Amino acid sequence: MSFSDYLLLFAGMGLATYLPRALPLLYLSHKQLPQWLIDWLALIPVAVLSALLAPALFTDAATRSFSLGKTELIVAIPTLIFALKTRSLGGTVLVGMGLYWLTGLFI
Amino acid sequence: MNSPENYQINSVSSVLGQGATVAWPICLGYIPIGLALGVLAQQTGLSWWAVALMSILVFAGSAQFICVAMLAAGASIPAIIFTTLIVNLRHVLMSSALAVYLPRVNHRFLALFAYGITDESFAVNMARFRDSGWDRWQALAVNHISNLVWILATITGSLVGQLLPQGAFGIDYALTGMFICLLVFQINGRIYIMTGLLAALISVCWYLLIPGDSYIVGASVCAATLGYFLQCRYRRNK
Repeated sequence: MSFSDYLLLFAGMGLATYLPRALPLLYLSHKQLPQWLIDWLALIPVAVLSALLAPALFTDAATRSFSLGKTELIVAIPTLIFALKTRSLGGTVLVGMGLYWLTGLFI
Repeated sequence: MNSPENYQINSVSSVLGQGATVAWPICLGYIPIGLALGVLAQQTGLSWWAVALMSILVFAGSAQFICVAMLAAGASIPAIIFTTLIVNLRHVLMSSALAVYLPRVNHRFLALFAYGITDESFAVNMARFRDSGWDRWQALAVNHISNLVWILATITGSLVGQLLPQGAFGIDYALTGMFICLLVFQINGRIYIMTGLLAALISVCWYLLIPGDSYIVGASVCAATLGYFLQCRYRRNK
């Protein structure tokens, strides 16, 4: 990709990142969002994260088929336990990476 | 002795100091993730200036990881931008929640503050705002200190990445590890667990049945909507 392609991509992504953060602060600071929207939006993060994660753990990207024995899935179990116990973002990333690396060396 | 000018300098440095005291755990978390992002981006073919441009224009870790993954998969520019918007829609809620603590603040401050709202800075600032004694300038310092550390970490990663063999130290798992932990942060009761499980089920089925990357948006919206109706039923039955 050329410089202008990158600029277009990142400027577009920048707007898509900035507007959801800025508009509610700027315009809704005096108003109240409808309760149904607050309740629905509250469930969006868990849904997005789960929808991103599940196919990476349970499917094979090359053949786009269901798979239950992936290293990604096996490593996810101790990583999840570590995250639940410590609630440390940096620590979880490092533990996940370390386990994935070691699993790759031995399998 | 204490001219107004001196006072201003003192207060700026003390606000930055208080911000740094609170922001350091965020920064500590950002350094390995930022390095990992830089390395991944470099291995996908992005040069350091592209990584710098991305981190400055888009301060959103998960969206940046997704962007790199989608670039590696050959996704189109509109598809990446649209996915970024969907992934970042959760910040609408966080921004609205923060607005409660920033009433009648001028628009220039809010415009600057909004740039640094992330899952992490949101969580930290909300906790501080709830215990009184936290003002908006300290919150702004938290946002921008973590932002600066993030930008530097991603650029460093993209420069160091050239020295590392592909897949070294399990770097490919950084994104998965981060999502696992962010998912844990989001679990706030059984409706959240149900919604997460529904999203997992729907996204896997969607991914297997429908080509392309619409599964992220499709499964999130379906699962959140189903979760919302489950919550309504649960509340009515109570």
